Amino acid sequence: MDKYITMPVTAEITDNLHAGDYVYLSGILYVARDAAHKRLEELLKQTEEEYYKERGETGNRQNLTAKEQEELVRKLTEALPFPIENSTIYYMGPSPARNGRPVGSAGPTTASRMDKYASRLLDLGQKAMIGKGKRTQEVKEAVMRNHAVYFAAVGGAGALLSKCIRKSEIVCYEDLGAEAVLKLEVENFPVIVVIDKDGNNLYETAIRAYAEG
Amino acid sequence: MIRTVSAKEITDNIKEMCIEANYYLSGDMDDALNQAAEREQAPLGRKILHQLQENLKIAGEDMIPICQDTGMAVVFVELGQDVHVEGGLLEDAVNEGVRQGYMEGFLRKSVVSDPIIRKNTGDNTPAVIHYQITAGDKVKFTLAPKGFGSENMSRVFMLKPADGIEGVKEAVLTAVKDAGPNACPPMVVGVGIGGTFEKCTLLAKKALTRPVNEPSEIPWVKELEAELLEKINRLGIGPGGLGGTTTAFAVNVSTWPTHIAGLPVAVNICCHVNRHVVREL
Repeated sequence: MDKYITMPVTAEITDNLHAGDYVYLSGILYVARDAAHKRLEELLKQTEEEYYKERGETGNRQNLTAKEQEELVRKLTEALPFPIENSTIYYMGPSPARNGRPVGSAGPTTASRMDKYASRLLDLGQKAMIGKGKRTQEVKEAVMRNHAVYFAAVGGAGALLSKCIRKSEIVCYEDLGAEAVLKLEVENFPVIVVIDKDGNNLYETAIRAYAEG
Repeated sequence: MIRTVSAKEITDNIKEMCIEANYYLSGDMDDALNQAAEREQAPLGRKILHQLQENLKIAGEDMIPICQDTGMAVVFVELGQDVHVEGGLLEDAVNEGVRQGYMEGFLRKSVVSDPIIRKNTGDNTPAVIHYQITAGDKVKFTLAPKGFGSENMSRVFMLKPADGIEGVKEAVLTAVKDAGPNACPPMVVGVGIGGTFEKCTLLAKKALTRPVNEPSEIPWVKELEAELLEKINRLGIGPGGLGGTTTAFAVNVSTWPTHIAGLPVAVNICCHVNRHVVREL
């Protein structure tokens, strides 16, 4: 059964999503892929270093109290160039837009290249990832503990998905060209739930159903 | 008899080929997709194939590239030895064609000048160009823009002669299984057997440009292609890797003489568009 969801994706929404659901997403999402994720990771690392430096700690770091942990998380989320809480990040790098259009061809890129960075962002509040292809066990666990979701968009459907994008604006890292961070407004953007909050993985279950011999 | 081909003519043609390859599928790939959409047994698999068919329609009608990964330009140049290129270097003429094609065609600039420093070159050059000198006075260009979702899943196996044909089959199936959803199935699988380490990979890439409805002319190779295709489709990976009976459209195998101690096997995986355009000047 098809589901229509208006973003932001929250834990309340992901509680009702199951691997295999066909979903149409509308609302705001953010676009970031390899180079942007690397910069975001570096930004978080730098922010964390500064936090410990301010406390006068070098080398061995003391364990943080719950309050201090909260403070660090707040500093990290504030450092990010877009609001991470309940955000949806689409792994994609578009082709250039023709005049009068918001964006060019815009299909998903292989998500496993962002595996290294995904858990951190999910732990900081990101609620949904859109991409294609397999994810690691670590990412799956991050999805589960954060009541998040991993959606797959159809790989190769760049032109069709482009037509579901109403607006596009650059958020940051414009120098990265096709890898800049974008804010998109989408309407009925078709995706499939691959990993749900219970850790069900459609790539594993669906293939088993059709594998012979 | 020496025949002159101008650098400008080369540039203009390469430019057009870059645009054509990214907006329209070649006839053999179009047929393969349509046939698969009818035969696929998984309901979600069929839904995905229909989405891909619709995507092609939208690409051609609305002038949006079929896929946002408009690829790194791979160009095979078969240069007749009676051809003289005038007005510039052949390599520069090809790169200028790619530059213009990717600019005027609103294609993505996906090339970085250094694999570690990774600054974008801004114009999708340089192209990866493979030259072959042939007889005659024509020059033939095969442009195959290669997306890296599938390219990243490609593999080389330096087998032992004792591994034999069963070893070859196992290598191909391993590469396909490991690729799974990442290569945007249904795939086209190019296989190169023989040669040296670098030769077998070139064979595999070139094999991808052979029309998918044309099997090998060598009987045992044709049999191998058919057997591998059947085994691959029984893996159940399906369209988009979400389960189904169509995991590959074709397996194209190319062979070459090799060393008495070697059995190099290269598997170049391609996605369901397998873009390629051929022109002869």
